[in-house]
Amino acid sequence: MKFDPADIQRLQAKARVYWEWLKRWFEPSNLAQLRPQLEFQTGVLAGFALLASILLGMTNCSTEATIQRRLDEDLLMSLTEVIPADLHDNDMLRDTLSVPSAGFNIGADETLVYLAKQAGKVTAVCFKFTAPDGYSGAINMIMGIDRDGNILGVRVLSHKETPGLGDKIEAAKSSWILSFVGRSLENLAPAQWTVKKDGGAFDQFAGATITPRKSVQAIFRGLQLFKANKDQLIHP
Amino acid sequence: MFLSEGYRKIASDGIWNNNIVFGQNLALCPLLAVTGTATNGLGMGLATLVVITASNGLISVTRHLIPNEIRIPIFVLLIAALVTLVDILMNAWAHELYKVLGLFIALIVTNCALLGRAEAFASKQPVKEALWDGLMMGIGFTLVLVALGAAREITATGTLFANASLLLGESFKFLEVTVIPGYKGFLLMALPPGGFIMLAFLIVGKRLIDQKIAAIKESSTLPNKAITE
Repeated sequence: MKFDPADIQRLQAKARVYWEWLKRWFEPSNLAQLRPQLEFQTGVLAGFALLASILLGMTNCSTEATIQRRLDEDLLMSLTEVIPADLHDNDMLRDTLSVPSAGFNIGADETLVYLAKQAGKVTAVCFKFTAPDGYSGAINMIMGIDRDGNILGVRVLSHKETPGLGDKIEAAKSSWILSFVGRSLENLAPAQWTVKKDGGAFDQFAGATITPRKSVQAIFRGLQLFKANKDQLIHP
Repeated sequence: MFLSEGYRKIASDGIWNNNIVFGQNLALCPLLAVTGTATNGLGMGLATLVVITASNGLISVTRHLIPNEIRIPIFVLLIAALVTLVDILMNAWAHELYKVLGLFIALIVTNCALLGRAEAFASKQPVKEALWDGLMMGIGFTLVLVALGAAREITATGTLFANASLLLGESFKFLEVTVIPGYKGFLLMALPPGGFIMLAFLIVGKRLIDQKIAAIKESSTLPNKAITE
């Protein structure tokens, strides 16, 4: 396609006229005259709303996949923290099974269980669960259990407990959460599944008893969920 | 000083005289909510610093377009859009930082200090001054958050900057100190009432310092006055 030089010049001149007009329109003195007019005010508010929506919508669309990937990475990171790497050779994010958990008071009515498989045989399972009754809201956790029902590891994913007191349930802040490794419904009686203050087997924290108590109880209920669905889970 | 008179006044207003917390008594909701530890205070302060500077700049750029009658909805719209944008972008591109600061970013929307600066300063001033004001107000706010967080943390758990390395990276591990070894802990200070109590002490401290400064100024200007009279 070829352009006539005269055409280009005409277009340039036209663009310059529009540009000059736009510059004059954006002059503070011109805007000051326009501002009291109702039409202008409506237009400005609509314009700002439109711009904000377009910008947010575009950002959301262009980052959605990246954020989902980051969340998957996070999940995989938590999964590998509670399931030792030598226990599985499958992609646990894709190898899942859903079990009903309505009666267990662990947050959801359906729990998605991630299966760790070695050569096609289930070696361990892992699922997210919630202590809905923490000191200041829900405590979200993830737990790995081997096929015999022993805890491989527990981690707290998110919580709103008191900073400096209740947040010792996080692995980054204290080793308390590691005291669950190796525990199971078989080697610890139901009455022992609480903090030492209540006659149980687990430490409470100075100044915070409710957070660890509710966490221990939720972990206990999580183990019961595994026990109730054991056959279905380890022989899928 | 290399700064002109006007910029110096903006700086001293933002950091001390008209400080968001001490001078304007604004932003108390996020302030009391997150200052359980000095590290959390620092995180909230830095996040607010970035957003208040950006919102001041944005509102100053568009100030001639914004009619007086509908300025508040437009400010709210701009601030909310900006915070959401920062929230989404950080989640995608600075995910590690987002996991630590994420909670604070969303809370910035409720920070009336941003609206206050937009209304009182950015909507009437040129862009450079507005950006500088946002930066200084942000620094002043961060200092108060860290001071309040530190005071509460020391009295509540006897530590200072606990878990700062989670926020700033491993090289800042040296910030984490145990001020009172073997401290039994004082739960009240970590809970919201402790925030109110400690804030009151800090405000009293600031007033006392101001009185001292005023007294010194008076005693140094009085003889001069006598001479000129």
